[in-house]
Amino acid sequence: MLVTILFTTLIVFAITQYLPGDIARVILGREAGEAQLEALRAKLGLDDPLPVQYLRWLGGFLSGDWGISFSTNTPIMPLVLGRFRNSMMLAALTLLIAVPLSIGLGVAAGLKENKTTDHIISISSLSVVGLPEFVTGLVLIQVFTFRLGLLPANSSIPPGTSFFEALPMLILPALTATLVLLAYVTRLTRAGVVEELKKPYVRTAELKGLSRRNLVLKHVLRNSLLPTITVVAISIGWLISGLIVIENVFNYPGLGRLLMFAIDRRDIPLMQAIALITVLVFAFSNLFADILYAYLNPRIRFGE
Amino acid sequence: MKPGKKPLKITFSGVSSSRPSEFIKHLYNRPVSAFGATVFFIFCVMALVGPYIAPYGANDQIASEAGQPPSPDHWFGTDNLGRDVFSRVIIGARDILVLAGFGTLIAVLFGTCIGLLSGYLGSWFDEGVMRISDSLLALPAVLLALLLLGTMGPSRRGVLIVIVIVYTPIVARVVRSVALSVRKRGYVEIARLQGEARGEILFREIFPSTVPALTVEAALRFSYAIFLVASLGFLGLGVQPPNPDWGLMVQEAREHVSQIPWAMFFPAGAIALVVIAVNLFSDGIKRYLQDS
Amino acid sequence: MEKNRESPGSPILRIKELTVAYKLRDKVHNAVRDFSLEIEPGGKYGLVGESGSGKTTIALAILNYLGKDGLIQGGEVLFKGKDLLGLTKSQLKEVWGSQISLVPQNPQSSLNPSMRIGDQIAEVFSGRNGDFAGDILFRVLTLLERVHLPEPGKIARMYPHQISGGMQQRVLIAMALSLNPDLLLLDEPTTALDVTTEASILGLLQEEVTGSGSSALYVTHNLGVAAQFCDRLAVLYAGDLVEDGSLLDIFQRPLHPYTTGLIASIPSPGVSRRESKLISIPGQIPPLGARPAGCVFAPRCPIAVNICLQTPPLTETGANRSVRCHRWEEIEQGLLDRRRFFSTYNGDKPEKISKPVFDNARNLLDLKKVGVHFELPRSVIEVFTGKSPDTLKAVNGVTFSIPGGSTVGLVGESGSGKTTLARAIMGLELLTNGRVEFAGKALPQKLSERDFGILKKLQIVFQNPDEALNPHLKVGTSIQIPIQRLLLCDRDDAEKKAIQLMEAFQLPAEYFNKKPHQLSGGEKQRAALARSFASNPSLLIVDEPVSSLDVSVQAAVLNMLDEFQQKEANSLLFISHNLAVIGYMADIVAVIYRGCLMEVSRTEELFSPPYHPYTEALLSAIPIPDPAVTRARIHLEGDIPSPVDEPRGCPFHSRCPRVLGDTCKSEQPGWQFDRQGNRFYCHIPLEELESSQDLLFD
Repeated sequence: MLVTILFTTLIVFAITQYLPGDIARVILGREAGEAQLEALRAKLGLDDPLPVQYLRWLGGFLSGDWGISFSTNTPIMPLVLGRFRNSMMLAALTLLIAVPLSIGLGVAAGLKENKTTDHIISISSLSVVGLPEFVTGLVLIQVFTFRLGLLPANSSIPPGTSFFEALPMLILPALTATLVLLAYVTRLTRAGVVEELKKPYVRTAELKGLSRRNLVLKHVLRNSLLPTITVVAISIGWLISGLIVIENVFNYPGLGRLLMFAIDRRDIPLMQAIALITVLVFAFSNLFADILYAYLNPRIRFGE
Repeated sequence: MKPGKKPLKITFSGVSSSRPSEFIKHLYNRPVSAFGATVFFIFCVMALVGPYIAPYGANDQIASEAGQPPSPDHWFGTDNLGRDVFSRVIIGARDILVLAGFGTLIAVLFGTCIGLLSGYLGSWFDEGVMRISDSLLALPAVLLALLLLGTMGPSRRGVLIVIVIVYTPIVARVVRSVALSVRKRGYVEIARLQGEARGEILFREIFPSTVPALTVEAALRFSYAIFLVASLGFLGLGVQPPNPDWGLMVQEAREHVSQIPWAMFFPAGAIALVVIAVNLFSDGIKRYLQDS
Repeated sequence: MEKNRESPGSPILRIKELTVAYKLRDKVHNAVRDFSLEIEPGGKYGLVGESGSGKTTIALAILNYLGKDGLIQGGEVLFKGKDLLGLTKSQLKEVWGSQISLVPQNPQSSLNPSMRIGDQIAEVFSGRNGDFAGDILFRVLTLLERVHLPEPGKIARMYPHQISGGMQQRVLIAMALSLNPDLLLLDEPTTALDVTTEASILGLLQEEVTGSGSSALYVTHNLGVAAQFCDRLAVLYAGDLVEDGSLLDIFQRPLHPYTTGLIASIPSPGVSRRESKLISIPGQIPPLGARPAGCVFAPRCPIAVNICLQTPPLTETGANRSVRCHRWEEIEQGLLDRRRFFSTYNGDKPEKISKPVFDNARNLLDLKKVGVHFELPRSVIEVFTGKSPDTLKAVNGVTFSIPGGSTVGLVGESGSGKTTLARAIMGLELLTNGRVEFAGKALPQKLSERDFGILKKLQIVFQNPDEALNPHLKVGTSIQIPIQRLLLCDRDDAEKKAIQLMEAFQLPAEYFNKKPHQLSGGEKQRAALARSFASNPSLLIVDEPVSSLDVSVQAAVLNMLDEFQQKEANSLLFISHNLAVIGYMADIVAVIYRGCLMEVSRTEELFSPPYHPYTEALLSAIPIPDPAVTRARIHLEGDIPSPVDEPRGCPFHSRCPRVLGDTCKSEQPGWQFDRQGNRFYCHIPLEELESSQDLLFD
């Protein structure tokens, strides 16, 4: 697992530092003179062999030296961390709403397979909810901001705002992200429940005379929710992707917005830092999910 | 005989002779997938003939008619620069569908080859390929796309490359897992025991079993590819202006949304409709394969 | 519902003209027609039938638990006088578990993998009568003891995957018995278990049912098991009840051609194919949607006449005896020789074939101390702590030979290593030690090192007929390809040869263009045989070739295999867990247990003492379809231990009923030879075994 993360950092490095060719030119633009380029190259250490550059960069990151952003000329770390905190707040709110809701809907759809409830939930998740985030976001803005005037369209908050203060600004973006996640998690949860219900042990339990309620709660849910842990972990990847777009729609000062900002200004070190921290978050959430799964699955926990 | 449990994974039980017509019949049995298939088909037609039937050019700016609401002259109204929204939407269909379609196709081709080889050869090749694809998958799609386009500079070709890089590992994974399970089946082992060469085994014994899962995955990837192209357009990193890319159109129209809402809603609606249609269509495909 | 509502002597279960259908993709197919049955209190009824007979459907219909695809089209199920088919779900829940319970077929998947065993049993009690927790625990432990599970306290805290299949089934039996139901439904409870485990579970069931006085309905396809457990039988074929009567009546005086054919097609232990040919019922069971009008069995029946185009009525032929056949009187009066009317249809008489003479000097295959070991993967923690990986010795020091033109049987239960051994010979697994010689020359281990000359001489047929053929290719093509490649023919030649081969296995030429999914199980297995015989191998390994087939079809496949071998003089390595089948097919038998050979004997001598203690247990465990035969049953305690723990000494000592004590535990036995050259891996001197063992079969 560690190897995978390392490889990923290598890929990030390769894309941002190796691929574009001469970075100095990328940063300074086409009109820059040779002398300026030389100076920048020396400053960035671009004349060293690539492996060295990679290790230096990675080492710096791990030791807390994230460098200086070119466009703002300020240290990267506080900037990124501050935005990271904002993105986390948004992500937390989204997960808080999305996870219980989608699991609930998925279970409801699975239990009533092929009946009306299931049809409504399934088709909704297939169609309406599976739209690109910016479309959903813009629609929500139309409805809630312009028509109903309830929530702000622009979610820029000053740095250091606490979660509760920011709450009204967070609702629309979180709702948008929720809709995206819902589609994915609901369908997979439903599939899991449907599959579990077909298994022989459910028949054994029913024929013991257990009530439907007992049956579902104690037997089916326990087993069908196990794979849901994995599903939620994977959907965090989706969430990250989605947040980038959503933050731009709502002008929310998170990492996504910062990334666009960095790209606009070709601020490579900033891009790299954002990429790295995102990768780490995703990797660790997967790791956590794996551990949780192993713990909750008696087959793995107690061995064969 | 007792009706068997319907497996959730797709199992291939053999080809029936009148497959295409049976498929279409099955598809149109359910109103939902019928809707999806039809709408998608309409968009394909639009993509083909769009430029020829559009009443105006994509970039024809008629300043005097800027900001007009929908009318018989301009079915979708005009945007702030006086361009006919309807024409732009129709013409833009080609761009987005071809880009997403082509990208998906290449990703499927690469992914299938890699997945087959990986699943069958195993050992170090498989290990290596899996590590690389795991690493790629550790980067969420949009992030990877942005990094690539951010350094390469936005362009149409860039978007194509992005789609291929992002989706090839996923397709490879799906194909690989089918290949791994098929590899152990009795008839493949007997084929080996009867002297079949590696290539023959890959193509005759293993590949056909991957087709159902592959088809479903390809349809799914296509819908995500459209998603991605539109999102990148919206962020300004995809196809560049003045091209009538739907995502781009939405972004451009956003500033004037209070005065000219239709310039934003029609392209957004088009995106929505295509994604929904492809999703429903691919769900129909999945159900057809599951039932047979 | 109170427990003893009905007056004593009236049936506890009365099924009247039950008709059930299934909905498959908009078409409704009839599964069971006009089925009627009565079970007296304390009665043990067997419901015997093959696949598609409707037996499981009936069991589920009794419970009114058919699922959304099942439709009850008519009839009544009267349990203690009340029609279960008319009850609501909540009323049914009062009956399920407490008055009627089910012991299901597959123990592993019938238990919730994430719940402890004790909790799953306790569920039955909680919510009823408001018992206290302590009381429930006591009842759970008592139940576990009742089904002879060792260390009940420990087991109650375990999860299902931590115990073996046999133990899981005991847990399910415990759950079914927990509330002392009046009727026990048993749906093939031992089918998924090994033969020795099956024997002890059957013993347990008999004990329980007889002891508690509850009635039982035993659904099975295995006539031997039915003969052991039941006192009455109902025979089903393709949804119809064809015969019904007491156990002795059915076995000794069967009145329906199907019953006769079925009983005659099962190999008797100790009877070899060289003495008499198995009687096989031609054709196959009609699939669900394709049942013929009139008598369902007519297409396969050797004595079908015109009147059979009308559905025969169920006629009562005596007290508690009925049969559904137009010609039952002729059969009863012996106007048709029961044993002969199948063979006249087949056109051949059982011949006496002289025993083969083996050219022992030149064996076809020699295995010398072959071992196949697997290293078990370690968990991440174990890698960190530097623990060395466990070794699984699937095959451990096996030595035997296969003479040319002979059939060697390899018999063992699950975990014995028999399939691993087969795969190692074929080159699908690597040997860890020892060597294999083919026709005197060392056989290259890796498949890639074997040239076509070797490949074409060594082929294998697997157990599962669905696995043997590529589902995307035409059946004929699958057979043609190896002919083309290994026999170096051109396409047209190969095609002709393929058709010839198919016809030799009684697959008509039109089948060439069919796809595997269009064939029945028996046909697929025959096609698989044709495919493997394509290159005319000198040694064909057949791994459980008939185990997944219906009984009425097994005999045909065995006969075909026999014929082919006689004609082409190839050798067969016949692997099976079924000693009766092996006794029928093989000339020499090797018995394997946990990777080691226990006995290697000629077939005619295997069935009489001296027996290796394990062979003895296996032989006594075979369920025999003849209620008149009573044998001493030797029950092996416990289940087959995990192959990872490698014992010192004899691998069988932990379950051996004749264990001598420390010698067996700590010292490995040596090979003992008897006068005829058979060998035994045991510490006990052969004379002792011979004198203390009873002859198990005539």
